[in-house]
Amino acid sequence: MSEAVREVPKKERPEFRNIHITELSNYRMPPSAIVSILHRISGAGLFLMLPFLLYLFQLSLLSESTFMQFKGVLEHPIAKILILGLSWAYLHHFCAGVRHLFMDNHFALDKDGSRMTAKSVLIVSLLLTVAVGLKLFGVF
Amino acid sequence: MASKNNIGQNRLVVGAHYGLRDWLVQRLTGIVMAIYTIVLLGLFLTGQNFSYEGWAGLFARQWFKLFTAVTLFGLFYHAWVGMRDISMDYCKNAGLRLILQVVIVMWLLVCAAWTVQILWSV
Repeated sequence: MSEAVREVPKKERPEFRNIHITELSNYRMPPSAIVSILHRISGAGLFLMLPFLLYLFQLSLLSESTFMQFKGVLEHPIAKILILGLSWAYLHHFCAGVRHLFMDNHFALDKDGSRMTAKSVLIVSLLLTVAVGLKLFGVF
Repeated sequence: MASKNNIGQNRLVVGAHYGLRDWLVQRLTGIVMAIYTIVLLGLFLTGQNFSYEGWAGLFARQWFKLFTAVTLFGLFYHAWVGMRDISMDYCKNAGLRLILQVVIVMWLLVCAAWTVQILWSV
């Protein structure tokens, strides 16, 4: 083997890494990426708020008087916003999870199909949240 | 024999082979929660004049109590799988990750114990 062959420098190959958090703002995410990151954020948020939800659940079930207390808590504007946010987190997580189950069974795996189902998840979860919110605050 | 165990000298074998099991558990608990959600959401959106009697009466029934308990235990297991994934993705320090995971497990065990207390006080 000649020297020339042995000493060929290694070709610089492009290295692809996950994007850094500072690059997020100029990175256009497709709908499925938005659904994916919201799936993670909503899941983590629900995990952190579990004690609050269990506390409300306990108030609603323990006795007649705590049930009234529960209704009182729901009257508070901050509680309303918090519960509406958590309802959205739950419903988004639910819809995105159902999408996962379909994709596990090889439905809508192509680009157009997954884009369509991702958009549906975003829209349906918002519509369900609106319905829950209207019901929660006594509109129907 | 030898060829079966020959996985290459540069390959580090890690993991406890729980990947598939956790993936499956996350799906199955997800299905249970989805069914429960549809039932409860349907009851909530179609119900009128919610009273303590009606609400507590629902949870006083043994089958619904057990359905709720199984769903919530499933939720806590589901949350463990998800939170462990998050810890593995973002927390690169093994010691810190272990502490984080212990805290997550304790958090979920507290929630599970509390769930039992709530459900069986109705």
